[in-house]
Amino acid sequence: MSVLVYTESLKGKFKKNAFEVASYAHKVAQDLGTTVTAVSFNAEDDASLGTYGVSKVLKISDDSLATFNAKAYADVLAQAAKAEDTKVIILSSSADSKFLAPILTAKLTAGYVPNVVAAPESTSPFIVKRTAFSNKGFALTEISSDIKIIGVSSNAFGVVENSVSASVEDFVPSLGDNAFAVKSVEVDRIVGKATIADADIVVSGGRGLKGPENWGMIEELADVLGAATACSKPVSDMGWRPHSEHVGQTGKPVASNLYIAIGISGAIQHLAGTNASKVKVVINNDPEAPFFKAADYGIVGDAFEVVPKLIEKLKEFKAQNA
Amino acid sequence: MKILVCISNVPDTTSKINFTEGDTKFDTNGVQFVINPNDEFGLTRAMWFKEKQGATVHVVNVGGAQTEPTIRKALAIGADEAIRVNAEPTDGFFVAQQLAEVVKNGEYDLIIAGRESIDYNGGMVPGILATLLNINFVNTCIGLEIEGNTATAIREIDGGKEKISTSLPLVIGGQKGLVEESDLRIPNMRGIMMARKKALNVVEPVEATQPTQDQKFEKPAAKGPVKLVDAGNVGELVELLHNEAKVI
Repeated sequence: MSVLVYTESLKGKFKKNAFEVASYAHKVAQDLGTTVTAVSFNAEDDASLGTYGVSKVLKISDDSLATFNAKAYADVLAQAAKAEDTKVIILSSSADSKFLAPILTAKLTAGYVPNVVAAPESTSPFIVKRTAFSNKGFALTEISSDIKIIGVSSNAFGVVENSVSASVEDFVPSLGDNAFAVKSVEVDRIVGKATIADADIVVSGGRGLKGPENWGMIEELADVLGAATACSKPVSDMGWRPHSEHVGQTGKPVASNLYIAIGISGAIQHLAGTNASKVKVVINNDPEAPFFKAADYGIVGDAFEVVPKLIEKLKEFKAQNA
Repeated sequence: MKILVCISNVPDTTSKINFTEGDTKFDTNGVQFVINPNDEFGLTRAMWFKEKQGATVHVVNVGGAQTEPTIRKALAIGADEAIRVNAEPTDGFFVAQQLAEVVKNGEYDLIIAGRESIDYNGGMVPGILATLLNINFVNTCIGLEIEGNTATAIREIDGGKEKISTSLPLVIGGQKGLVEESDLRIPNMRGIMMARKKALNVVEPVEATQPTQDQKFEKPAAKGPVKLVDAGNVGELVELLHNEAKVI
């Protein structure tokens, strides 16, 4: 009856969202009077999940699962859910979790609610709060099926420490060839840099930067802040930046603590992608830019003058607070 | 190749979002409805397969009669036939079960849906559909080539992309990248005239489970005014982000 949580890792290291979903699962388990069991794939430090309230880890060590495969991973999670007689499964909002969650939902005839922003409002009936209408609204959604799957929004519940001692058990799933009918041929991932999905800070540039050759200062600002870089739709449409950096309705959503928009006017489609960010800073030379209405802090000024000064001030700040 | 494109009828991006009937329903008053943007990229890619590889393209929508203008638009863009499952799409699992029935009856090789609809953002219909049918599935698909029975897809992942090899029959959760924004088509007069003569078959829903129910909606709290910092005093911004917002 434990609450099952899928803890994502990359090359053996848990991602930040693994600790966030574990924290969320601990809260749900407390409400239900049970414990948390994590499923980890080829991770190195399974016992570390205990810090976030996981009391048991089902450890999978299988080379055929070295690269994420939605169908195979969903098969494993379904088998783990049966073994644990689980009624509640917690996942993140990463691209991988959103890929496997519907597969798992159909396998278990479960009720799945993604984009959940807070601990359940109640567990009987089971009601969760999620975003809807591209962050322009919230829905309180009841899950009435026996098995419930929750996709937790990134950076909404947060990472909470609840230290328990975690026992680690090997779990050997049984996977047929059909589990690998969708094969990964090649993964092209930016390494050593924060991604839009998990960065605490995102620095984003728009058409106001005039051309791809001017992205040096955006990257430098991102480096100083340990931030991910992003862009507006026209910028990715014109090929100045890759599509994977496009933030907005048809691009990626951002749920960072800080979002800095430089030379982005703030079309409604762009704002739809940034609404979940906690603090927004806008730098734009047009005081009428609609983004100022959605921002917390703003500077009206030429990005080519303001951004280098901001980099310099941040470097001073870092030096003082190191 | 027989392609089914699943389209959602959603409020236009610029719509004001309000709720009615004690915050239990989305207020459609004054709202313009469109083909869900993620679906429109998929529909346009389907048109490419029709024109270059001789595919047949059907579109399907689960919705009431009020969605027919959106379905006609898909026909005007170039789909050959349309199906409307006459039911309110209030739950992703329910919708996927309705679509599974349509796919079984139509024997489609490729089913293209959007990665999510921009209204309820569930993002679950394509994956549940594929799993109910026990066929292959690729989500957040930004590139798709079909050669005989083999499919090569590009999937967007967090921080990059992944090349995937699989086979038909296949369900795709598509998005921008399947085609570019500039490839999207506005229906012309001839397309609109032809669409009036194309078949739009209405079928009744099959019995299906509905594991989730939206009980109530809320709007986000109103935001305070922006705090402006003088361009000549950038240091103040660093100060505010550190001491007030506490994000650096």
